[in-house]
Amino acid sequence: MSWINALVQGVLLGGLYAIFATGLSLAFGVMRFVNLAHGDLAILAAYLVLSTASTMGVSHVVSLPLVVLLMAGLGYVGQRFVFNRTIGPDPLAGILCSFGIGVVVQNLLLARYTATDRYLDAGSIETSTIRINDSVSIGHFSLLTFVCAILLLGSLQIFLSRTSLGRAFRATADDPATAQLMGINDKRIYGFAMAIAFGTVGIAGFFLGARETFAPAAGPNQLLFGFEAVVIGGLGSLWGTLIGGIVLGVAQVFGNQLSVGWNLLAGHIVFLMVLAFRPNGLLGTGVRT
Amino acid sequence: MSRGSRIGTVGMTLIFVVLGFFPLYGSDRMQVTLVQVLTYLTLAIMWNLLAGYSGLVSVGQQGFIGIAAYSMFSMSELNSIDPFVSVPLSAMVCAAISIPVALLVFRLRGGYFAIGTWVVAEVFRLLTLEINVLGAGNVQSLTTKNAFSGYGLEVRKNLVFWSAWMLAIGATLTTIFVLRSRLGLALQAVRDDADGARGLGVDITRVRMIIWMIVAAWTGATGALIHINSATVTNRDAFSVASWTALVVFIVIIGGVGSTIGPYLGVGVYWIITEQLKQQNTWRFIVLGALAATMSVVSPKGIAGLIHRWKPFEIFPVTRRLEVGKE
Repeated sequence: MSWINALVQGVLLGGLYAIFATGLSLAFGVMRFVNLAHGDLAILAAYLVLSTASTMGVSHVVSLPLVVLLMAGLGYVGQRFVFNRTIGPDPLAGILCSFGIGVVVQNLLLARYTATDRYLDAGSIETSTIRINDSVSIGHFSLLTFVCAILLLGSLQIFLSRTSLGRAFRATADDPATAQLMGINDKRIYGFAMAIAFGTVGIAGFFLGARETFAPAAGPNQLLFGFEAVVIGGLGSLWGTLIGGIVLGVAQVFGNQLSVGWNLLAGHIVFLMVLAFRPNGLLGTGVRT
Repeated sequence: MSRGSRIGTVGMTLIFVVLGFFPLYGSDRMQVTLVQVLTYLTLAIMWNLLAGYSGLVSVGQQGFIGIAAYSMFSMSELNSIDPFVSVPLSAMVCAAISIPVALLVFRLRGGYFAIGTWVVAEVFRLLTLEINVLGAGNVQSLTTKNAFSGYGLEVRKNLVFWSAWMLAIGATLTTIFVLRSRLGLALQAVRDDADGARGLGVDITRVRMIIWMIVAAWTGATGALIHINSATVTNRDAFSVASWTALVVFIVIIGGVGSTIGPYLGVGVYWIITEQLKQQNTWRFIVLGALAATMSVVSPKGIAGLIHRWKPFEIFPVTRRLEVGKE
């Protein structure tokens, strides 16, 4: 029975990774940009929640929307004034720029907040559970995370397929030159896409911080998990990202069940196996740069 | 060879020759610093060959440093092989391991390739935690009883210096040799136009594989030497992305990625900033990282690119020019 519980917990954990992966997936889908600072930005958002809550004297949950907006603004500005300048046929400059920014963010957090473990308080929901039977119980908070992942992916899907701005996103992703001819400002679209990506990473940072303790150096692991979810699910597939997150989450929880310390390794190995045997991912369309 | 290249080559040779005698006239403190600078120079030259010339932007080179550290440790401390002999052997271990790694990560492109190499490095780190003979993640030391039997402290220090010196010279020569060879021509063709190069019969994967293995070997040799120098192997430090990839990447971006003198210029900046921020590791990363991020936006070819814009010249004779009208 403990395996069934592990499966349930793994699936729910997958929701968190899917939220992480959404921003990566969107930025890659729209502008073929891989932001290596993604994980560090999630941790930045978690610390911003801490700081805004304490300066404004409100709870962490209340300060979350503010931080998400702040992150989205940061994403827009960052894309318009920094990342857009690195766009070109060679992805090198963009990759390295974001890598540098990630290291800077991580070390600034270290300088400001020290390496002490911190956590966010999401209220009583953190500890309450739904008991299914003796060995399986579902935490309200994990369930909320998972539902949030589905809502996030669903609304992004609707946004991309139903709205005119979403259509502009897709047009720019397919062919920026022609989209420009049709009167779309691709640089602005990239800014909006990065705003959404940063916003979602802010949400991911909150859920991570409320789930476990975090420190400034926690970012890179989250980047790796989000990336693995994207590749396992398949590049270019939003719902694949959720499947990828679930596969990764289940692999990690099962690994932990096998032997303590194997949770990370099991997740990475499943990722490498997908890469070896299904390089386009489970639901991938084979989109490549 | 142009006049600039001739002067550059002679100058560089002189600097390295003078540097080779450093233990005879220099101070101990400076020698320690120089070992660090030379090892970073080697890593930077190799990463530049990988990312700047072959389009393989790896941020997982710490994986090879860690593997080399543990392979050097198991050879010299556990199996009484001379530690300095274990340096080339560890390089071979890394080259061998790099083949299956390449088969996996070469399926990814651009930024995803970068993160893929990072994952693989993480896998190697986590695997070494599970191996009990290698200390299962506990700090392992090279002892005078086993690894360093027969070596006095002074001799050891000088051998470390000369090894670092030879690695840096070797890395420089390897780069020049590779770029002047057919392989280099193929690399530049692939970099400028991958589809066109493929159309003309360049086997991109083979070319990239050769470079990947050369860089893995050289990175491994450097990793083994770094840990002989420190005489300890710590899991987290041996596989540190910050120390062995981030700093190296920053050095190359600041100096000039895809330029042969880039790593030398970058390591100079690294040296200056490290000296200025001696006791503040965090701020060292912030300053170098911010400098690198700014450089990648403002001048993607780094300081070398800025110099080139002002006055085009070259220290190493590696650029191919089409000379019209000469038969």
